[in-house]
Amino acid sequence: MELTPDKLVYWQWGPVILNATIVYTWLVMAILALGSWLVTRRLSSGPGLSRWQNLLEVIVTAMRGQIHDVSRQDPGQYLPFIGTLFLFILIPNVLSVVPGFEPPTASLSTTTALAACVFVAVPLYGITGQGFVAYLRNYTQPTWFMLPFNVIGELSRTVALAVRLYGNVMSGTLIVGVLLSLVPLFFPVVMNLLGLITGVIQAYIFAILAMVYIAAATQAHDEPSSEPRPTPHEDTNGKDD
Amino acid sequence: MDSLELIGMVSIFTAGITIAIGSIGPALGEARAAAQALSAMAQQPDEANRITRTLFVSLAMIESTAIYCFVVALIILFANPFWNHLVEQ
Repeated sequence: MELTPDKLVYWQWGPVILNATIVYTWLVMAILALGSWLVTRRLSSGPGLSRWQNLLEVIVTAMRGQIHDVSRQDPGQYLPFIGTLFLFILIPNVLSVVPGFEPPTASLSTTTALAACVFVAVPLYGITGQGFVAYLRNYTQPTWFMLPFNVIGELSRTVALAVRLYGNVMSGTLIVGVLLSLVPLFFPVVMNLLGLITGVIQAYIFAILAMVYIAAATQAHDEPSSEPRPTPHEDTNGKDD
Repeated sequence: MDSLELIGMVSIFTAGITIAIGSIGPALGEARAAAQALSAMAQQPDEANRITRTLFVSLAMIESTAIYCFVVALIILFANPFWNHLVEQ
């Protein structure tokens, strides 16, 4: 019952430490990459779709739809980043019910790395979308006085992203471990179910928040507020590509 | 009671109080947000997807304060600079 899989060292060779976080991250990477490669080896566009191709198409189409709804732009340029974030957080959270699996997202290192990726990606997308000066002018909206608060807000929401995911996944695994020693039969199963629900929701929230931050950075020259507001006359079905 | 014991005692107590009081506000705020979202979905069922998505984003924003309290409690318990300083002596 440890607080982070970083402490579970499998192999150490000088300064290089192979702990559970790294091993299970490699495992998740292998599952995602090998699984996708196996499914997409023989793509077909007719009625002879395999089930796995259908599953991947459902996932990719749903992600494209969500990205398009949030950003109101072409989802193709954001899909690799946001889609990878979502899948990389979803797969270990769902696999955490497999006995012996330590989700790498239960370690603050992994979640901080993911939040740092989002922190770097937001200015990157903003500058390539709007230009350097226009993006920097973003920070002085709505008034010049708000510059330190905007910067602090950027940093704090990155920290919040990391700690939210870490706290949810770590507490899920921890409470199952604690209950196993107290009430061994029924409650750990219920807690595993709750852990599955929160894992899926947290993966979705991480990806959607990343998308909202990127959309706020690339869209701020269109509207004065940074949150996408639902407008009654806008119909996203009409702009479907 | 020397300073080591005193710091340990106050740290444990403060960590518990921090997370206990710090999660009251966000819980109430999230309950209000969810209630409003549910009534909005009841009024406009075909906008349910958009409302749900906005609800999730709002919940994440509201939860930030609870996360900050959680971080402070973790720092007090596991990376307490005063405790480390005294232990090293």
